[in-house]
Amino acid sequence: MVSEETIRRLEKIALKMRLDILEMVGVGKAGHLGGSSSCADIVATLYFYKMRIDPDNPKSENRDRFLLSKGHGALAQYSALVELGYIPREEMKKTKTLEGILQGHPDMKKTPGIEANTGSLGQGLSIAVGMALGLRLDKKDSKVYVIVGDGELAEGQIWETIMCASYYKLDNLVAIVDNNRLQATGPIEERLNIFPIAPKWEAFGWYVREIDGHNIKEIVETLDELDNIYGKPKVIIAKTIKGKGFSFAENNPAFHNIQLTEEQYLQAKRELEEQMARWS
Amino acid sequence: MVAENLREAYGKTLVELGAIYKDIVVLDADLSKSTRTVLFQEAYPERFFEMSIAEQNMVSVAAGLALVGKIPFVHSFAVFATGRTYDQIRQSVCIAGLNVKICGSSCGLSDFGDGATHQSIEDVALMRVLPNMVVLVPADANETKKMVRAMVKHYGPMYIRINRNDLPVYTSEDGEYEIGKLYQLKDGEDITIFANGVMVSKAMNASEVLERKGIYTRVVNVSTVKPLEKEELLKYIKGVKGIIVAEEHSIIGGLGSTIVEQLSDVKHPPVKFIGIRDKFGTSASNYEELLAHYGLTSESIVDTAINLLDGG
Repeated sequence: MVSEETIRRLEKIALKMRLDILEMVGVGKAGHLGGSSSCADIVATLYFYKMRIDPDNPKSENRDRFLLSKGHGALAQYSALVELGYIPREEMKKTKTLEGILQGHPDMKKTPGIEANTGSLGQGLSIAVGMALGLRLDKKDSKVYVIVGDGELAEGQIWETIMCASYYKLDNLVAIVDNNRLQATGPIEERLNIFPIAPKWEAFGWYVREIDGHNIKEIVETLDELDNIYGKPKVIIAKTIKGKGFSFAENNPAFHNIQLTEEQYLQAKRELEEQMARWS
Repeated sequence: MVAENLREAYGKTLVELGAIYKDIVVLDADLSKSTRTVLFQEAYPERFFEMSIAEQNMVSVAAGLALVGKIPFVHSFAVFATGRTYDQIRQSVCIAGLNVKICGSSCGLSDFGDGATHQSIEDVALMRVLPNMVVLVPADANETKKMVRAMVKHYGPMYIRINRNDLPVYTSEDGEYEIGKLYQLKDGEDITIFANGVMVSKAMNASEVLERKGIYTRVVNVSTVKPLEKEELLKYIKGVKGIIVAEEHSIIGGLGSTIVEQLSDVKHPPVKFIGIRDKFGTSASNYEELLAHYGLTSESIVDTAINLLDGG
């Protein structure tokens, strides 16, 4: 049973991460605000609660791996890596510039803590499967966590991978679907409707759980529960809100990849800082 | 001339290397009997992964395996291994420079019966354009064996195209294959013939015919298409009156293009291309007939050489 204190700690980190995301998006620079903030609570829980990582030794062989198959959510991962100290804080303002180390999509060659190059949708889940297969071959007990977008499920490769992970019974693999229901140009069900998601993964042989992707307690408990499921890969369908934590952006596809006005930036900063003040 | 099968040589060498390098893993897309990775599967079943008819997943999975320290070799027919999976090779493998080896089997026109959908005449161009990628085209079974051994020692993405059929053996079994080195098989002062793959044997035949006509050709096996340094090429074109490049590939983006790119800023003799001229493949009843259909013969090389010396 996870303590209230742990939950509060994670909620505070997720809030800090949203402030970092805002810092990286800045004013007048395009940034994937919507899809980064929808998965921020999950990313926070993975890095600051669930995963076996050693900030003093980021390349430790026994670490758990985290991949963002929906690579455009990179700002969420960067914010966690900044809070962990893998990425210098001053890099945030240089996001997506020639001078900086934070690319538009995750780049393992340029950014400490990034495990693979992702961003071409549909591929990160496969890379995670490869890692899980290789780790099992070496009899290592590290786990692989990978966040997949719900829009990304339209990619054919995803379904090749879902079959593959199930065939190889990869119980060291946990996928989390960031189910914010919106893709770049609008609602998913008005494009290729991939809903309902859960029965599809279930039919392909995965252990499936559906949760509220912003309820840290539920994320924590579900991730812990999955440790005890053996013989098949596991997926969490996390219901989320695109733009979560940014009042004007929530559930608004216009904020998939946008430039914030100064007014929006200041409003978001004020709102997040007010919430932060309540924690202190 | 003894002819040996390149696929068989490839499969056996993987088995040989599998005993030495425990990190080698092999992935195939339901073609293991054809690519001959079935030999590796029989020897090391725990390190063989059947990825079924899902090539895109296969390549990205290989990237993941490389990221945890494995040396993955992925296999399909060349047309699928490079075309169907181009984005996976580019995004998952090459940008990060991962240690993934891609084997395109039944390359070129060598799968003569299956027609345009299964013949691969663009694979070298597709792989060559990718930063960090090494592109290898063995001429025969001996070179295949040496190349596969060299591939394990070289860290980074690599592509090797393997002919489906038995080819005459012109290269030596001894020594180690050096990536990026050109191998001269025969000397001559009139014309340099750069060739790779099946066209090496055609070039060697042509060279003999030309010699009887008093035309002396230097035959150079360019089995590494990338990296290919200008200095290496310059060594072999000194004093000749013409250059012929022969390849079982589209003339767009293949070996000929590579060579001319390298020579673009130096004075060099005229260059003639023997290759496929912006066409898809087609079914034929045998390999030689199909090669002849596209002009990939020693006769074409002979005619081109005579023509070159006539100033044509």
